[in-house]
Amino acid sequence: MYTQLAWRNIWRNPRRTAIILTAILIGVAAMIILAALMRGMVGGMVENAIDNMVGHIKIQHPDYRSDPDISHRLSEVDGISKALKIVLPESARITQRIRIDGVVSNARETAGIEIVGIHPESEIGISFIGTAPVEGSPITASDKNGVLIGAALAKKFQTGIGKKLVVATQRGDGESGSRAFRIRGIFHGDMEATEKAYLFISLPAAQRLVHEEDSATEIAVTLARETSGKELEKLVMQCRTALEPFNVSVYGWKDLLPAITAYLAMFDVFLLIWFVVIFIAMGFGIVNTVLMAVYERMREFGLLKAIGMRPARIIRMVMGESLFLLILGCTGGTFFGLGVTCYFAETGIDLGAFSKGTEMWGMSRIILPVINASDILFANAVVLLLGLLVSIYPAVKAARFTPVETMRQN
Amino acid sequence: MSAVTARDVSRIYTQGDVKVTALDKVSLTVETGEFVALAGPSGSGKTTLLNLIGGLDTPDGGEVTVNGMAFKTMSSSDLAELRLSQIGFVFQSYNLIPVLTAEENVEYILRLQGVGKKERKDRARAILDDVGLEDKYDRKPSQLSGGQQQRVAVARALVSNPTIILADEPTANLDSKTGDSLLQMMREMNEKHKVTFIFSTHDAMVMEAAKRIVSMKDGKIAEDKTK
Repeated sequence: MYTQLAWRNIWRNPRRTAIILTAILIGVAAMIILAALMRGMVGGMVENAIDNMVGHIKIQHPDYRSDPDISHRLSEVDGISKALKIVLPESARITQRIRIDGVVSNARETAGIEIVGIHPESEIGISFIGTAPVEGSPITASDKNGVLIGAALAKKFQTGIGKKLVVATQRGDGESGSRAFRIRGIFHGDMEATEKAYLFISLPAAQRLVHEEDSATEIAVTLARETSGKELEKLVMQCRTALEPFNVSVYGWKDLLPAITAYLAMFDVFLLIWFVVIFIAMGFGIVNTVLMAVYERMREFGLLKAIGMRPARIIRMVMGESLFLLILGCTGGTFFGLGVTCYFAETGIDLGAFSKGTEMWGMSRIILPVINASDILFANAVVLLLGLLVSIYPAVKAARFTPVETMRQN
Repeated sequence: MSAVTARDVSRIYTQGDVKVTALDKVSLTVETGEFVALAGPSGSGKTTLLNLIGGLDTPDGGEVTVNGMAFKTMSSSDLAELRLSQIGFVFQSYNLIPVLTAEENVEYILRLQGVGKKERKDRARAILDDVGLEDKYDRKPSQLSGGQQQRVAVARALVSNPTIILADEPTANLDSKTGDSLLQMMREMNEKHKVTFIFSTHDAMVMEAAKRIVSMKDGKIAEDKTK
């Protein structure tokens, strides 16, 4: 009967109940949508960063990170690759690269650039360049004169396919070296910054440029997408053990991307703060509605006390009404939030209009919200628990009315 | 043992800076099975005395005892238990729970007493039959007339088998015919169940129906007359 009474009580004033239910629904939906959006953005940032020549695991000379110079190259590259294959799962993809800073110039422009020597075929599934759309033709592993530049760089240099570029850098012997290359293709990246940052040549061409045959500055490994953080940490440890004889450093992507790692660590706290902020706005509505309902029924509470109902039962009854409101609002909000999120997870949210800003944060132009069950539970738990907490005040108020007081006031 | 004993009971209300003496050292004894009317004009202290007898209010002086239990020594929780098990209330404005049906309103007090579902239903229907509402079980208060609502209130007061029923101007909102019929019914209940009835009223019809009339004036008992 208590449940029945609580249920009927909340529908005494359908308009007021509808308004507060709408407020809870919008609040919960906003929490779910925002969490999915933020998770999508962060996930996109991580994927972009991993795709952007980072990979899940990277092997470099111990001094390369502090001084990315060709002198800090890996020796025994083939030996390292073989040792890695023993430790890593079969699905792991491995590639070797030379990455050095240099200068690119043509008759009109000169710009600082990162020269990347790659095995084009083995980059597929490892970095963005393996699958990036290319105008013209991609470079091949044996191409010794071909170069692939980004669309933004091509535009800046007012150049195009078939045109020449001169690339200069420091050689392995410490002398400066330069060579002319012909533009084979122009790639399009997710971000304009990427199109201006890299210049791709084949690994043999890069080795020729720096006068270091059979060398590489890094070995990058990409694992299956579903690899968890713990599995990754375990693999990094195994790689370190396996590569101990080679005097190299092994990094996981979290070591290589400290800013994103720090952001990820704070992400859940941001979500909690956001949830509480939304709830505070909603909480006033809940308290107000329940208080109004309580004051309207003062006489009734007085009667209930007169016939022998204990204050604790009155508190339970009012809390029961709040619980119904919260459950209904949360259920509606969850379905609505999931509906909106699923729609945008299919279509994506195009932030092309804000591309400059999104690039600055390393985000993709299209955000695909990511639904996480724990966020949904968390949002509902915050609203339910805090909702019940703020309902204690009106419930205690109702329990404190004395029969005589209520009779006199009415 | 008397059903109710009030000894030198006083109650003073404060309205702003003014102190109003609603009851001034009133003493009253009501025996089990009596049908008593507390009569007097508005402000004479009838309702205040009823509230004190029902344990709804606390006296500023004196002592109230119901069925031998002195309120002074009882906690608020004990008083709630006493009201639930031994005292029934009928209010002037019925005070039914609007979202419950007539049957549910009567049943509710049994629910508070922890009576099982089937017994609750049977007892609620039986008492509603007794007050002449056998075809109104499923009606909500808004679908009942004033007289019918007051009958539900009486049924609710009686269903828990209390020893005392306190009724605050039960006929005040009823027309004379309905009021008369309600009084008849309460007299029957008084005779049938030996329940003690104490009314507050200034309705001549109620006073005529009462076996004992306690007249009050300015917070004191002016006359106590048994017919």
